[in-house]
Amino acid sequence: MATLEINSLRKRFGTIEVLKGIDITLEKGGFLVLVGPSGCGKSTLLNTIAGLEGISSGEIRIGGAVVNDLHPSKRDIAMVFQSYALYPNMSVAENIGFGMEMRGVPRAERDQAVASVAKTLQIEHLLSRRPSQLSGGQRQRVAMGRALVRRPSVFLFDEPLSNLDAKLRVDMRVEIKRLHQTTGTTIVYVTHDQIEAMTLATKIAVLKNGELQQVGSPSEIYNRPANMFVADFMGSPAMNLLEGTVVQADGQQRIALARKDGSSIMLPVPASADPAGLKDGAKVIFGIRPEAVNDDESMDRNARSVIRFDASVEIIEPAGSDTYVVIRVAGKEVTARMRADADVRLGQPHTFAFNLDKAVLFDPATTRRI
Amino acid sequence: MSAADLVTSTPSRRGPGHSRTTRIVIYGLLFLFALVYLVPLLVMVMTSLKPLDEVTGGNMFALPRHLTFAPWSMAWGEARIGVSETRGISGYFFNSVKMVVPAVLISTLLGALNGYVLTKWSFPGHKLVFGMMLFACFIPFQSVIIPMAVILGMLGRIGVNLADLTGWSFGLGNATVNLVIVHVIYGLGFTTLFFRNYYAAFPSELIKAAMIDGASFFQIFRRILLPNSTPIIIVTVIYQFTNIWNDFLFGSTFAAGDTAPMTVALNNLVNTSTGVVEYNVNMAAAIIAAAPTLLVYVIAGRYFVRGLMAGAVKG
Repeated sequence: MATLEINSLRKRFGTIEVLKGIDITLEKGGFLVLVGPSGCGKSTLLNTIAGLEGISSGEIRIGGAVVNDLHPSKRDIAMVFQSYALYPNMSVAENIGFGMEMRGVPRAERDQAVASVAKTLQIEHLLSRRPSQLSGGQRQRVAMGRALVRRPSVFLFDEPLSNLDAKLRVDMRVEIKRLHQTTGTTIVYVTHDQIEAMTLATKIAVLKNGELQQVGSPSEIYNRPANMFVADFMGSPAMNLLEGTVVQADGQQRIALARKDGSSIMLPVPASADPAGLKDGAKVIFGIRPEAVNDDESMDRNARSVIRFDASVEIIEPAGSDTYVVIRVAGKEVTARMRADADVRLGQPHTFAFNLDKAVLFDPATTRRI
Repeated sequence: MSAADLVTSTPSRRGPGHSRTTRIVIYGLLFLFALVYLVPLLVMVMTSLKPLDEVTGGNMFALPRHLTFAPWSMAWGEARIGVSETRGISGYFFNSVKMVVPAVLISTLLGALNGYVLTKWSFPGHKLVFGMMLFACFIPFQSVIIPMAVILGMLGRIGVNLADLTGWSFGLGNATVNLVIVHVIYGLGFTTLFFRNYYAAFPSELIKAAMIDGASFFQIFRRILLPNSTPIIIVTVIYQFTNIWNDFLFGSTFAAGDTAPMTVALNNLVNTSTGVVEYNVNMAAAIIAAAPTLLVYVIAGRYFVRGLMAGAVKG
């Protein structure tokens, strides 16, 4: 049974519809990440799940029960806020125990629960401190402790790592992942950081302008994006999107990428594309991830469909572990993710290769994947 | 980061490197103005410690030759106040205390509650309601006296009826209670303004977190908001205390005779037209009348500047 079910959820502020019919289900123990650009409605969606904002129509079920009109404290949820929202006038222990105190849990039982959570999060030595005496990472942990102590059926995280510096963010990301793996909790997590989404989620929901673009596992979202928005949004550097034309060559359908000199790179139709959706002469958008643009030496040995072409190197960006090389194909910049010691020189031609196993096609009119 | 953290940081005092001359001019001017402001108080204190013949016959700026505290005890316990039978200003002093303490506490608490609702539970039309409350800040005292008298008269009649029914008027019709009501109503605009501006900058996520923790409307107010409101509470208390303690118009209009507050009694003492004018007693009484507000400033003054800044910058 799904722990969280959202059915055709709509939310209007006056005449503006900010959530336009959202359907998501999350299994027990799942980790759902809501991701999208600013203003896409992901935080509003989280707030409606928490009950901090009402909904205009639709249904939210937690553990099978409809919670549309339930007060936030009655929904069996806990929330970790972006600013941590620790009560500044209370000690760490009081912060963690406040919810239980409000529900009239006896002090002895409360202290025991606080101690056990503090042990899990390794913040026992901080229990008597005030939030102002804690570092960012410690505050983050206390905020998680306050959520954990309730043992809710769903945890809600609202961009919890965005206030931390880059290094601490990576550490806390690992910690949240470990917490999820060890406790088997169900989590809904909002972020605008696609790397957080990829690394943490068991299920990603990509939103844009209040509409769900795609829901799926990280690998589905990454390798088979439903449309050009998802393809562009997920992944860093972004997927290369090139304009091509469907043509007949040698009795087979091919994708032709026109080059400046009048020639074109002929590509077989990627395995991911449905041939029924391709009409001769139609324009298509050819999408390929930077790591699938490479040269012979570092091409994936298992690649089944590889097409080579020459291009001159425009920009080289060494990133330590990889080198990003920008070349020009079909009038557009294409980023190739090559190994760190790749033998490329600025302005020099080099033979590159597309790994078509990882390529996708989009319809430029609807932006959907073919 | 709590709202309280934001207002406790003091700006750096180190300016650019001033030359010696500039510094002498700056401190000289500051000293001069301090002196100008302090001279009247000094004269008052010195006069109040002189016997009467020394006051009438001597130099106002001369130090007392025969130090005496008699004018102080006269002012406190024996001086004749207007036509009243009661001697000394002590009774009136406590009239003021009995009026100021409840009026300050009630108006501050209600202001905090208003600020909480207007910022964290905003309802349709909350801006209009706040605008009208702000308007109350700008209504001159004089224009509300007659309507206020009518309403207090009605309350007084209700009090008489209640006394007939239950044997107790619930304080309605009592002059001190009337003044408390007047000052609470009049102060509400200001206290609401202070707290609204302070709470507007108070993180809403704390309220949301408390809601998820299951705290009720008043629990959030009492456990989360109020404990983090110390600076603005101090500002409001100082402001209300000073205003209400120093009020003369409402006091002289709605409380007569023995129920009058300190300010009215001081006026009656000073304006006595019979006998010799006892300047030393008058001065002692005036200092006693001003002492509570001075004391409040000295104790909590540094919060006043900080708190006002907080409201101004973040409002």
